[in-house]
Amino acid sequence: MGFSEADVTAILLTLRLATTVTLLLLLIGAPIAWWLARTDSRLKGPISALIALPLVLPPTVLGFYLLLALGPNGPIGQITQSLGLGTLAFSYSGLVIGSIFYSLPFVVQPLQNAFEAIGDRPLEVAATLGAGPLDRFFSVALPMARPGFFTAAVLGFAHTVGEFGVVLMIGGNIPGETRVVSVQIYDHVEALAYDQANQLALLMIVFSFLVLLSVYGLQKKSHRQILRFGL
Amino acid sequence: MYIDFYKIFRALATGFVLCCGVNAHGDEATVAVASNFMLAANQLEEAFELETEHKLNLVFGSSGRFYAQISNGAPFDVFLSADQDKPRALIENKLAASNSLFTYALGSLVLWSHAEDVVNESSDVLNSDRFSKLAIANERVAPYGVAAEEVITTLNLMTQVRSRLVRGENISQTFQFVSTGNAELGFVARSQVYREDTLISGSAWDVPANLHNPIRQDAVLLTRAVENTAALSFLEFLASDRGREIIQSFGYELENQHGI
Repeated sequence: MGFSEADVTAILLTLRLATTVTLLLLLIGAPIAWWLARTDSRLKGPISALIALPLVLPPTVLGFYLLLALGPNGPIGQITQSLGLGTLAFSYSGLVIGSIFYSLPFVVQPLQNAFEAIGDRPLEVAATLGAGPLDRFFSVALPMARPGFFTAAVLGFAHTVGEFGVVLMIGGNIPGETRVVSVQIYDHVEALAYDQANQLALLMIVFSFLVLLSVYGLQKKSHRQILRFGL
Repeated sequence: MYIDFYKIFRALATGFVLCCGVNAHGDEATVAVASNFMLAANQLEEAFELETEHKLNLVFGSSGRFYAQISNGAPFDVFLSADQDKPRALIENKLAASNSLFTYALGSLVLWSHAEDVVNESSDVLNSDRFSKLAIANERVAPYGVAAEEVITTLNLMTQVRSRLVRGENISQTFQFVSTGNAELGFVARSQVYREDTLISGSAWDVPANLHNPIRQDAVLLTRAVENTAALSFLEFLASDRGREIIQSFGYELENQHGI
């Protein structure tokens, strides 16, 4: 028994969502992580805590507030409506926004650890050789933090693939638009289609295992601890 | 050190009898309730506990999930399903008592909008551009979704609305989509928007029952509870005049006769 057409649509949508979210998260996460790694500001604590919130909160909390925020009377909904975009719940863009919030800590924390591991020394040397702040970031920090970027990308991607509660709350289960693999599995189970649920669930387990294996393999090679969650 | 096993045993036995033994004042039953019936079930629980000395624990969720959980040994005593298939399948698998099966409620559908003046007591709005999202329960897993789809098909409106459909996992989530305004329209359960025959808010069209197959919701006693007096008397209460009155007040129809 192979995957049904609906299953394949869900798998492709999930991969597309995870790729988009990962790229956006690296762009958003890198400056935040850089700032967190270098700053002595009093805001460091509160901002770190804010970013880490999705690690602790149940996805239903995030999903519920997103549903209210994206709705016609919510702050995000009012902005998108005034821009002529309508409301974003039940759309692919809405899922991207939700996933960015949800997966942010999984990208920021490995990047921050990688930036912190560089230390001040290489950056000071670069400064004495006449490199400006931007040059130091792009020519020294970014290349040295490469393993951190790999871990961040893999974790951000994997975590978005594994997302369920938020999608359930703001998705609306539209094939090819918001019906991702985790929702499809849930539907299979609810509809008592246990064989189909089994297939997709097994695929998820194998995928997640391989992802984590690659991260830990890399960590061993680089002799640096980048992934710290619960380890 | 000398250990008096007899004393220890006696203490444990006494403790067991005190905490877990037969409660002289009544029994306890855990009831798995389909989410559309949540409000009615809460009221039924209150009335039941006043009238008897038993105690109920209500658990709300989707019928499909309850079916999976009961099949895997979940400690429920009574199952109030949103459909007929799942209680019947449980009986076939010897997990529920066949003589206890009866239809406790017939669900009714309402096309509802959170805003006033959107739905004018007819299906007209479905044929217009005045909405961008129409929420229904997922027809693959929820009986109210099946009925909603039948209504749309019977009215020959599927081509017009298909691209605007969004699906809630159950009727509660469908209601949530509409009540937060994320979907302008939705097919929800009458029990969610009516109280004592009055629309609580927004605007609505009561879908005539002849546009879809009846949404029969069946109750069944689970095998593990055949001797649980709380479970047995709750099922009796559901079918009693008082129980039926409460169920009706939440917008459900009833079968003409006591359906057992």
